[in-house]
Amino acid sequence: MPMVTVLYFARLREVLGKSSESIALPASVRDLEGLRALLIARGGAWEQELAPGRPVRAAVNQAMAVGDVQIADGDEVAFFPPVTGG
Amino acid sequence: MMVRIQTADFDVSAEIAALRRNNPKIGAVASFVGVVRDVNDGGAVAGMTLEHYPGMTEKAIEEIVVQAKGRWKVIDALVIHRVGTLKPTDQIVLVVVTSGHRGDAFAACEFIMDYLKTRAPFWKKEQSGEGSRWVEARATDDIAAGRWRLKG
Repeated sequence: MPMVTVLYFARLREVLGKSSESIALPASVRDLEGLRALLIARGGAWEQELAPGRPVRAAVNQAMAVGDVQIADGDEVAFFPPVTGG
Repeated sequence: MMVRIQTADFDVSAEIAALRRNNPKIGAVASFVGVVRDVNDGGAVAGMTLEHYPGMTEKAIEEIVVQAKGRWKVIDALVIHRVGTLKPTDQIVLVVVTSGHRGDAFAACEFIMDYLKTRAPFWKKEQSGEGSRWVEARATDDIAAGRWRLKG
């Protein structure tokens, strides 16, 4: 199975209770939206925080990304709130 | 181009001097310094912690500077952003742009700052007497970044 590293930052890191994990991608998951759906299916805080319409941003291999970006073995995916630097 | 993420404070004069040293082509230096306020959204702020995404932060800012160099005549640019624990009156961010003329320097400096606010992965958590809270992104920051799409 393809493996991806998933990172969580800021408020999401706190609410979800972890900063990173390795996830084995089932054959049905090939893009960012699919991975998000896989996480939402965990229920609880995952479902609440990552549900469609929630203010969540994502990056694939350290570049901002949206829903249909393909993900593959070895990729680094991150989920985080809209940024507030500067 | 230089991008630095650091916990330590920075000396604006020393950074500007280093950026323009021995370059007689530079006719303009524009700089922006962001500072921690003691109030935000009407509430008192005692301090803040800045988190970032190591690796992506540097790439995102470098990409923004490359875009600025494509749009204006920029000779060089420096971005320093602090992370970790900060208190009111502390400096958070420095953007310096050198150019032949002020128009390019002003515009590129403002562009870099506007894009940094919406594209660079930093998050602020503010502390007050009532506890701490993650700062929420402002719609006005998206508007500020978006208006550059309409400008030449």
